[in-house]
Amino acid sequence: MSEHHVHIDANPKRVDLQLRDVWRYRDFVWSYTRTYFAKKYKQTVLGPLWLLINPMINALMNLFVFGMIAGIGTNGIPMLLFYLGGQGIWSYLASIVTAGSFTFSANAHLYGKVWFPRLCIPVSYIITSAAEYLIQLVPFLLCALYYALTGAFMIRWSGLLLSLLLLPWLGALGLGVGILISSMTTKYRDLGLLVSLGVRFWMYATPVVYPLSEVRNSFLQKWIRLNPVTAVVELFRRFLFGVGEVSPGMIAYSLIVTALILTAGIFSFNRIERSFMDTV
Amino acid sequence: MIDIRHVDKQYRIGQINGTTLQHELQSWWARKQGKDDPNRKLSSKGNYGDLFYALKDISLQITPGEAVGIIGANGAGKSTLLKLISRITAPTAGSIDIDGRVTTMLEVGTGFDGELTGRENIYFNGTLLGMRKEEVDAKIDEIIAFSGLEEFIDTPVKRYSSGMYMKLGFSVAAHLNSEIIIVDEVLAVGDNDFQNKCIRYMKEASSLQGRTVLCVSHNMQQIRKLCTRCIVLDQGHLIFDGDPEEAIRIYLHQSVREELSINYDNVVRPDWLKEQPLVLHSACFPDRDSNLFSDSERVRIRLVFSALKDIKGVSLRLEVKDTFNEAIGTFILYDIADLTAGEKKELILEYPVSSFADGIYNIVYNFFVRDELGNNLNIENVPGLSFRVRHARGDSELAWDHRNWGNIFLYGAEVLQISDADTSQL
Repeated sequence: MSEHHVHIDANPKRVDLQLRDVWRYRDFVWSYTRTYFAKKYKQTVLGPLWLLINPMINALMNLFVFGMIAGIGTNGIPMLLFYLGGQGIWSYLASIVTAGSFTFSANAHLYGKVWFPRLCIPVSYIITSAAEYLIQLVPFLLCALYYALTGAFMIRWSGLLLSLLLLPWLGALGLGVGILISSMTTKYRDLGLLVSLGVRFWMYATPVVYPLSEVRNSFLQKWIRLNPVTAVVELFRRFLFGVGEVSPGMIAYSLIVTALILTAGIFSFNRIERSFMDTV
Repeated sequence: MIDIRHVDKQYRIGQINGTTLQHELQSWWARKQGKDDPNRKLSSKGNYGDLFYALKDISLQITPGEAVGIIGANGAGKSTLLKLISRITAPTAGSIDIDGRVTTMLEVGTGFDGELTGRENIYFNGTLLGMRKEEVDAKIDEIIAFSGLEEFIDTPVKRYSSGMYMKLGFSVAAHLNSEIIIVDEVLAVGDNDFQNKCIRYMKEASSLQGRTVLCVSHNMQQIRKLCTRCIVLDQGHLIFDGDPEEAIRIYLHQSVREELSINYDNVVRPDWLKEQPLVLHSACFPDRDSNLFSDSERVRIRLVFSALKDIKGVSLRLEVKDTFNEAIGTFILYDIADLTAGEKKELILEYPVSSFADGIYNIVYNFFVRDELGNNLNIENVPGLSFRVRHARGDSELAWDHRNWGNIFLYGAEVLQISDADTSQL
């Protein structure tokens, strides 16, 4: 048997996760990411400038609705920074989940014509989203600098670096959820329509536009703590702003749930991948 | 080395294109109430949910250095077999072992993006096919030279012609280090030069470099030029595996419909046929037990038709087509008869086959009348009785190169003189 031996069985005895193949195709992951990124912004007038404008507009809207009208507190964090930060970390997760959900249907033209490790594409979505996250950090930092100069805020540089560690964690969670949905959307297309609705619902079930400490209802508190993203977002605020309600227990719980979802996602993805071309 | 053992591939009719949750619930509700499934697709192949085999119990061993052709009618399972070997979809039963890296060319230039330049697309396509970036770096000059697109390599490929697109795509795939090459009819497009280049490349890959080549083609000339072995598929079954000439013979004969008579009462007429004052009921070869003709033989046909209206100057066109339904030529019989409403007629006619090359021909019977201005108005159009031609003289059916020689013997060329050349004039 040579190093390039492949065995295909109708009823495989063990599931091959093909993770080694993804690594072997890492140059493809990179070129897919570049093309995907370029295509996403090439047709727009402002191009990647949208990455700077979008979070600003979103944060201002959130500030207006939740901060000013609803009057939800921000634990003493300058409001604009609070909403910009939450917005940034949440869009990172949301864009991975959304793009991942449509992996099969959006790439049928590649999947149907040539074999390559199928997981390369959802993995590349993580890289794209991480790049977008880093770009939108610019307006955040500019605002932070402004508040720092006016003395209302102190930038935690080490916290900023530590917060980057949350990206792979959240990326793994997003990948897991995205490919779990993608395995289902190949069979039931209308689930695709539910994705954006579901993601929005998920956002409100996560302390993004409010801090966990503002949730006074203990029943709701309990449910929100069950959400594995809660720990990540609160930890993110702890790193950047020095406030955030997070315990080692919540972190451990979130990490375990992330691992479970990712494993389940990869398993079902590899099962569907074998025959989805027959149904798309 | 490719080892295919007892492979089946099963599809569920109607499942292709997926389903929606709404349809699934609808169907489930209808079944529960004992009603007909509202989402059932009407199809000649069976009912929604029925299983059918695209491939059934295929076993095959292919060793390095072989160039294997796969032929068969449309829907025989050729492409499905290639998709299984190239891992695009998995078999329903059985197993496949592949030793070596596979280059799949089910399409040329998969994933090419119009916005990217030729050079950028080489990187995208190359890495998609499994190359490392350094490999592409090392080979890019060679790839560009092979494609012959040096001048346009930094132009976005949306500005390319389809021929240029193909050349670039093929050049990338041709520079992969792989042991197995799988090609699905990609050579059908592209100019002659390019096709020959591809054939030469595959020929060298198998005979000189010891790589395995698997190709599907409808072009028997290509199969003959390239393959050392050929398999014939028929409705998912492997019916022949061996010598290419023998395989081609089996395939060509299996695809002939040996019809000696046709009843047209249930044949659907083309949509464009608006008025139909004349109806053809049947056609047959009288007193014959085969549709094979040769040399000076003439094809005799009996047609039975009736008129629904008074028609003056009924004429008939016999439009001859090749097996790909490309028109070859037409016999025309003007002003056969004037008919009165309700009349039923029998017509016996003949046409010669001496000018047709050996092969299989389809034909269309088209009745028409001419109006005052001389325009033809078609009044009946049906597929006619196919006929085969094999002459005792000249080149056999297999040696005749239809692609380059056409289908018709042209008469009239003759040798006027042959003598020793006057060398002083050269």
